[in-house]
Amino acid sequence: MSKHRVIPGFGLSLGFTVTYLSLIILIPLAALFVKAGGLGPAEWWRILSAPRVLAAAKLTFGASAAAAMVSVVVGLLVTWVLVRYRFPGRRLLDAMVDLPFALPTAVAGITLTSIYAPNGWIGQYLAGWGIQGAYSPFGVFIALTFIGFPFVVRTVQPVLEDLGTELEEAAATLGAGRLTVFCRVILPALLPALITGFTLAFARAIGEYGSVIFISGNLPMKTEILPLLIVAQLEQYKYRDAAVIAAGMLIVSFALLFLINLLQRQLNWHKR
Amino acid sequence: MSISIQSIHKTFGTYTALDDISLEVPDGSLTALLGPSGSGKTTLLRIVAGLEMADPGSGRILFHGNDVSEVTAGKRGVGFVFQHYALFPHMTIAQNIAFGLDVMPRDRRLNRAEIRERVGELLRLVRLEGLDKRRPNELSGGQRQRVALARALAIRPKVLLLDEPFGALDAQVRKELRRWLRQFHDEINLTTLFVTHDQEEALELADQVVVMRNARIEQTGTPQDIYDEPRTSFVYEFLGEVNKLPDGRYIRPHEIELRFAAEEGVDVTGRVSHLFVAGPFARVSVSPEHGRRGELEVWASRDQVEEMALANGDVIGLHFPSVKKPG
Amino acid sequence: MHHRSATTESAPVRWLLIGLALLALSLFLLLPLLAVFVEALRRGTDVFCAALVSPSALSAVRLTLTAAAVAVPLNTVFGVAAAWAVTKHQFRGRALLLSLIDLPFAVSPVIAGLVWVLLFGARGWFGPWLADHNIQIIFELPGIILATVFVTFPFVARELIPLMEAQGSDQEMAAVTLGASGWQMFRRITLPNIKWGLLYGVLLCNARAMGEFGAVSVVSGHIRGKTNTLPLHIEVLYNEYQFSAAFACATLLGLLALLTLGLKSAVEQFTHQRASRRI
Repeated sequence: MSKHRVIPGFGLSLGFTVTYLSLIILIPLAALFVKAGGLGPAEWWRILSAPRVLAAAKLTFGASAAAAMVSVVVGLLVTWVLVRYRFPGRRLLDAMVDLPFALPTAVAGITLTSIYAPNGWIGQYLAGWGIQGAYSPFGVFIALTFIGFPFVVRTVQPVLEDLGTELEEAAATLGAGRLTVFCRVILPALLPALITGFTLAFARAIGEYGSVIFISGNLPMKTEILPLLIVAQLEQYKYRDAAVIAAGMLIVSFALLFLINLLQRQLNWHKR
Repeated sequence: MSISIQSIHKTFGTYTALDDISLEVPDGSLTALLGPSGSGKTTLLRIVAGLEMADPGSGRILFHGNDVSEVTAGKRGVGFVFQHYALFPHMTIAQNIAFGLDVMPRDRRLNRAEIRERVGELLRLVRLEGLDKRRPNELSGGQRQRVALARALAIRPKVLLLDEPFGALDAQVRKELRRWLRQFHDEINLTTLFVTHDQEEALELADQVVVMRNARIEQTGTPQDIYDEPRTSFVYEFLGEVNKLPDGRYIRPHEIELRFAAEEGVDVTGRVSHLFVAGPFARVSVSPEHGRRGELEVWASRDQVEEMALANGDVIGLHFPSVKKPG
Repeated sequence: MHHRSATTESAPVRWLLIGLALLALSLFLLLPLLAVFVEALRRGTDVFCAALVSPSALSAVRLTLTAAAVAVPLNTVFGVAAAWAVTKHQFRGRALLLSLIDLPFAVSPVIAGLVWVLLFGARGWFGPWLADHNIQIIFELPGIILATVFVTFPFVARELIPLMEAQGSDQEMAAVTLGASGWQMFRRITLPNIKWGLLYGVLLCNARAMGEFGAVSVVSGHIRGKTNTLPLHIEVLYNEYQFSAAFACATLLGLLALLTLGLKSAVEQFTHQRASRRI
C-alpha cells in the first residue's frame, strides 16, 4: 500500500487514537491480567473454586442469560409493534425505549427496588402469589432485563424496517398463512439481529453493577453477583483475589462473546 | 495541456488494477476510457487526479512534460467530477462552486466580489443562472452534474477528469447532456479525460477512445479506427453489435449483405426469424440452416427489405464481403 | 404499507400485540420513572428541597459536573480522531482497532474501576512512587475522572464510525481536488456532515459520564462532601435509609435522562427530515 495518502490527517488521527486507546484501555487491562497472571494456576484455582465465587458466577451468568433471553422475546414484541403498527403514542414509546440507556444505573437500582420490594407497587402483588421480587435472584433477573431489552429493540428495529413487506407479500401469494410467514420468512431474516441483540444484552448484564446491588440484597452465596464480589474483595484489600476474579470474568465473557460471534457468522454463511 | 501516462502499475493487495499502462492524451482532446466494470479505468482516472497513487517505483504521470507523480491532488490543478457528483449538501450551489476559490491560500485568493463574479460566469457557462441560492438536494440529476462541472472548473484546472459523467442519469437526460458536453468541450477546449462503460457514449463523444480490459489497454484510437479496425476479439464484441462466426471471425450487422438464397456469392443460407423495420432501417434476425447455432443479426435498408418482400420464415442467403479475423 | 391485508394481522391480534407491548413498556419503563418522582416527594416538598440543597448534595453535583467536563471532551476528541482514522483511511489492523474500540462495552464498570486501583492504588504498581511524590489518584478526583473516561470511552466513536462509513469519502476527495487543506476539509466539509451524529454521541457520552456508578464507586472512597459523585451520594443516602433524600437526588439524574432522550429524539427527527429531503 502506498505511503502517500490522499486524505490528510492519517498519522495524526491514528497516532492519537492508538496512544489514547493504549493509555486508557489496553495498558490498564493488561495490568489486570499481569497482576492476575503472576499468581500461577494453583492460586487461580484456589480463588476461583471458592464456593462463594462459584455461587456468584452461577447467579451472574445464569441470571444474565435468562434476562437476555427474556429481553429477546420482549424486545421482539416491542420492536414489531413499534415498526409495524401505527397507534397514538408510538413515537413517545419509541423514544422511551432508550430510557434504560440514559437512566443512571443507581437510579434504576433504587427505583426498581422500591417497585418490587414486598410493599412496593408490583412487589405486593408478587408477594400475594408467593414470589419475592426484590432481594432475591428474581430481583437480579428483573434488573438485568430492564438493562438489556433496549439492546434487542435497537438492533432488530433497523433490520425489521429494512425488511419491508415484499418478502411477506411473496410468501402470502404463495399461499402461506400469517403464522407460517412469520416463522418461516420473518423470523429467519431477523435471527442474526436477534442474536446480536442477545449478545449485547448478555454482555452488558454480566458486568452490570449499579442497578443490581440495590435490588439483590447482596447475600453471599444467594444473591451476590460477581462484580459485587470483586468490590467486596477490594474493600478487604484482597487485590489479588479481586484481580483473579475480574480476569476470570473477562476471559469467560470474551470467550462467550467469541462463541456467539462464531455462531452468528455460521448463520450468515448459510444465508449467503 | 497534454497528459502523458507512462507504464503505470497499481495493485490493491493481491489484486492488479492496472498493469503497465501507457497512454498519451493530446492537448485539448476529449479522450474516453472505455471498458467494463473492473477493467481499471476509474483507478487510472483517479491516479491521474492524484486521488490514488500508483505503485511505488512503477511509472510516471506527466502534465505537459512535467512529472506530477509526487504532486498531491490539491496541487495538481485537475478538475475532477465524481460519478455521484459529491456536492456538499450543506452549501448552496454558489457556495459549492466557490469552494475551491474560498480555500485558496490568502495570497492567491480572489476577493469576494471577484469570486462572486467568477461564480456568476460559471453558472452562465453551465446554464444554471438563478439557481445559485438553491441547495444540491433541490436540483435534478442533470443540474447537479453541471454544478459539479462548474465547481471543478472554478479553479481553472489544467485538465478535466470525469468519472462516469452520465452514469447516474436517466436515458433522456443522458443523451441531451452528452451532446451539450461535446459542444461545451469545443468551446472551452480543455484537455478532458472521462471514464465510461457505455460504448455509444465513448464513440459519439470522444476524439480518442481507449478500450480497457482486465487492467490493460486493449486498443487506443479514434472512434472510427476502433469501430472499423478492432484489434482484438474483445474490442470487437465490446464495441457495437457484432456477429461471431463459428470459425472465430467477426462481422458487423451492417456489413452482411442480404441476397436471395439461390443467388451467387451466398456464404450462408438461413431462415428469417425476426424482422423489425424502423424508419429507413431494418433489423433482420436470421437463423442459419444446416445445424449452425446462434442467430445472425443483419442491418439492411428498408428499401431492400421491401424490394425482396421479406417476411418472417423466409429462407434467404447472406453474403459476407469483408470478414476479419482479429489478431 | 401496513394497511395491506396480506401482510398484517387481523385487528384483534394487532390490538392484542399493541396492548402487550404497551403493558410491558409501562411496567418496565414508565413505572420506574414515575416511582422516582413519587418517592422523592413522599415526605413533601420541604424534605425534597432540603435534600437537593444540602452541602453534600451540592458538592456531589459539582464533582459529577467536573468529571463529565473532563471525560466528555477527551472522549469526543478521541471519537472524532478514531472515526477519521478508521473511516477515511485503509490500513492493516483496521478491523482489530475497531474491535478494541468496542472493548470497554464488554468490561464490567467494576473492573473499569479496579484496573486503576491496581495501577495507582496504595498497593498498586505506581502506588509507592505516587506516595513518595505526594500524588493521590485513587480516592481523589483524578481517579474518578479516569474511571469515567474508561467507561464512556467508546460512545462518541461508536456513533460516528457507522455514520462516516456510510457517508464515504467522496466529498472529502472533492475538497482535496479543489485544493482544500486538511483543516479546511475537516471544518467545512466533514464537520457539517457529522454534526448531528456527533451531538448525539456527546449526549450519550455525557449521560453515561454523569450517571456512572460502578467504576466510580470503586475508585472514589465514598468520602462525603469530597469524593462522592451524585450517583454515589444517592447510594449513601439510600443505605442510610434516607429514602426520600436519595430519591430527591435521583430526580436530578432522572431529569438528565429525560432531557437526553428528548434531545436525542429531536436530533433524530431533525436529521430524519433532512435525510428524507435528500434524494
